Amino acid sequence: MASHPFEYFLWTIYPYLMLGSFFFGTIIRFTFFHAGVTAKSSEMLEKKRLMVGSTLFHVGIIGVFFGHIMGVLIPKAWTDALGISDYVYHHFIAIPAGAFFGILATVGVYMLCWRRFRNHRVFRTSSTADLIVIAALTIEITLGMLSSFVTAPVHPDFNYRTSLAIWARQLFYFQPDFRLMLATPLMYKLHVIFGLMIFGAFPYTRLVHALALPWRYVYRRFIVYRRRPQV
Amino acid sequence: MRIKAQIGMVLNLDKCIGCHTCSVTCKNTWTNRPGAEYMWFNNVETKPGVGYPKRWEDEQHYHGGWELNQKGKLQLKAGNKLNKIALGKIFYNPDMPELDDYYEPWTYDYQTLFGPEKKHQPVARAKSQITGEYMDLKTGPNWDDDLAGSPNTFDQDPNMQKIEADIKANFEQAFMMYLPRLCEHCLNAPCVASCPSGAMYKRDEDGIVLVDQERCRGWRFCMSGCPYKKVYFNWQTHKAEKCTFCYPRIEEGLPTVCSETCVGRIRYIGVMLYDADRVAEAAEEPDQTKLYESQLSLFLDPNDPEVIKQALADGISEDMLDAARRSPIYRMAVEEKIAFPLHPEYRTMPMVWYVPPLSPIMNYFEGRDSINNPEMIFPGIDEMRIPVAYLANLLTGGNQEVIKTALYKLAMMRLYMRARTSGKAFDTDKLSRVGLTAQTATSLYRLLAIAKYEDRFVIPKSHKEKVENGYEAQGTVGYDECRGCSLAPQHGSMFRKAEAGKSSAEIYAESFYGGIWRD
Repeated sequence: MASHPFEYFLWTIYPYLMLGSFFFGTIIRFTFFHAGVTAKSSEMLEKKRLMVGSTLFHVGIIGVFFGHIMGVLIPKAWTDALGISDYVYHHFIAIPAGAFFGILATVGVYMLCWRRFRNHRVFRTSSTADLIVIAALTIEITLGMLSSFVTAPVHPDFNYRTSLAIWARQLFYFQPDFRLMLATPLMYKLHVIFGLMIFGAFPYTRLVHALALPWRYVYRRFIVYRRRPQV
Repeated sequence: MRIKAQIGMVLNLDKCIGCHTCSVTCKNTWTNRPGAEYMWFNNVETKPGVGYPKRWEDEQHYHGGWELNQKGKLQLKAGNKLNKIALGKIFYNPDMPELDDYYEPWTYDYQTLFGPEKKHQPVARAKSQITGEYMDLKTGPNWDDDLAGSPNTFDQDPNMQKIEADIKANFEQAFMMYLPRLCEHCLNAPCVASCPSGAMYKRDEDGIVLVDQERCRGWRFCMSGCPYKKVYFNWQTHKAEKCTFCYPRIEEGLPTVCSETCVGRIRYIGVMLYDADRVAEAAEEPDQTKLYESQLSLFLDPNDPEVIKQALADGISEDMLDAARRSPIYRMAVEEKIAFPLHPEYRTMPMVWYVPPLSPIMNYFEGRDSINNPEMIFPGIDEMRIPVAYLANLLTGGNQEVIKTALYKLAMMRLYMRARTSGKAFDTDKLSRVGLTAQTATSLYRLLAIAKYEDRFVIPKSHKEKVENGYEAQGTVGYDECRGCSLAPQHGSMFRKAEAGKSSAEIYAESFYGGIWRD
């Protein structure tokens, strides 16, 4: 700790600040300010770019989200036990799927970012938070793509599944070992730092709509009647 | 059988002069806020015309309302639930209208009109209320009012496209009418069915369709699901808003603002009883020309003792039943069959009904032999294929017979009253040809032409004392989370004066002069 005070902070304290903010904020938002949770759609104001941008981005980011769960939360030992070699894992699962969804998300987020700043109607009706969110997502996705498809080939000896992923899982049982992160290339580190920041800001921005998925619609009846309870 | 009560409206199009008073009073009451500038909970369209938003009746484009699937079951035209998820429609709603399908709201740069004397006359340019930039106006509310520019636009009226090309050409000379539109408060509301969040609902006690602003998450499926395009998206709050049928007034037994202020007294409000269990079945009638009659079959006779018994068991109040027995809506829609629902072919079972206009047809024959022989109107109604076909496309899903029957009835009522007031003889047997008697013709005339306030509006007071503590509820309703949704900032000076201890009479004297309220 003494030798790396900054790294210690980054990989032991900072993640909990951000995750704490995520859970605290989410609870507060949905308990006291749930009326403000909306998809914040700007489709009304601009439709053509949104069609391509939003669809690509959302499909991409959902794929990427599950990719992260697979890559970070599933220990290497499990896939090894299934007989999936490192080579197969990377070249037949992680890289093709990651590239596919990653490219969708990247193209989508760049289109959405361009649209948000360049379309007058959309720009003028955006809050500062909206602008920051789209810029942050653009940077974060760029960092992620650079990590996977530039940094990873440059550092073939670095395997995130034996270092970064273990640290990430340790976060969940409150024993993160910051030393696992010391040898991680800078691009990955930036991606993690930035990603945690987005998690921290998540409940206070438009991003919360991802937690308000209307899954009940799938099984509810069509016509809803409401009767006020008698006092 | 499960009986529910529904507040409905009938508009007598014969008397609508297209003055837009309803739209303006509605707007001043409900939608004069940032984010709501383009919303017209009530608007008046000139027909034939493109409508608002443009071509709203073109469901091949907007995919609003219901359709029958291959099994003959009801399904939202925008696609079933699975299709919405699989095609990622939640990320991008392909059927949703854009701002340009309505219009970009604007204000004028009034500041430039004041200032030091200049060589040139100052000009107030239009400024977008969304971007704040100067804009050149290309379209706006009621851009085709009174057929303005119609040679270029009325081809785009979807009701016209169903009429043969050769009759279209002379249409403008033959026929023009106004169509005031508001939310239909449908029995089978597709907006409610489309809402993923369950924020839209029908009130159990009177069937008014509302958006729960606390639960709306802005997914926008209600907007595209409504075939009448009467749910709007507030770009400031990012939530849906719609006509509330002025429910705070209805609860007090008062008519809606649009009805109260209608100078032509064309609007009627009353209660209908219907069988809620049969709504889906009625909406699944395969033949769209029979949907109007299918909807009629839902309404129950409020004088039938069996119905009354069941209604009381289903929790409908005595006041509501009494209003249902005196309902002008039931009289016009069910008993006399002179009022029709708007576009029943959307399978929405709408509850704002229209008495078709006879005047355009009358006008056409005025000055011909109709003066000598008023009965020429009857072959006239048959001859004039255009208005009847057009009205049938609008009001009955193409069923021309029921429109003609209603027009005969209205014409016969006029002839009878004309004969009576001018002291001429009239063979009352003729009344029975159209299902009237001397007595019903007179009372129908009183209802339609004299249209007394208490005849037009039969609205039971709600029993709010049973569902809320009025004292505690004071001041709890409103947009407290939304920046700019309240008008309070605009009236800030007034509040400051009040806080400084001025009486309301003093504030009034200071602020109201020259006929204008000055903040």
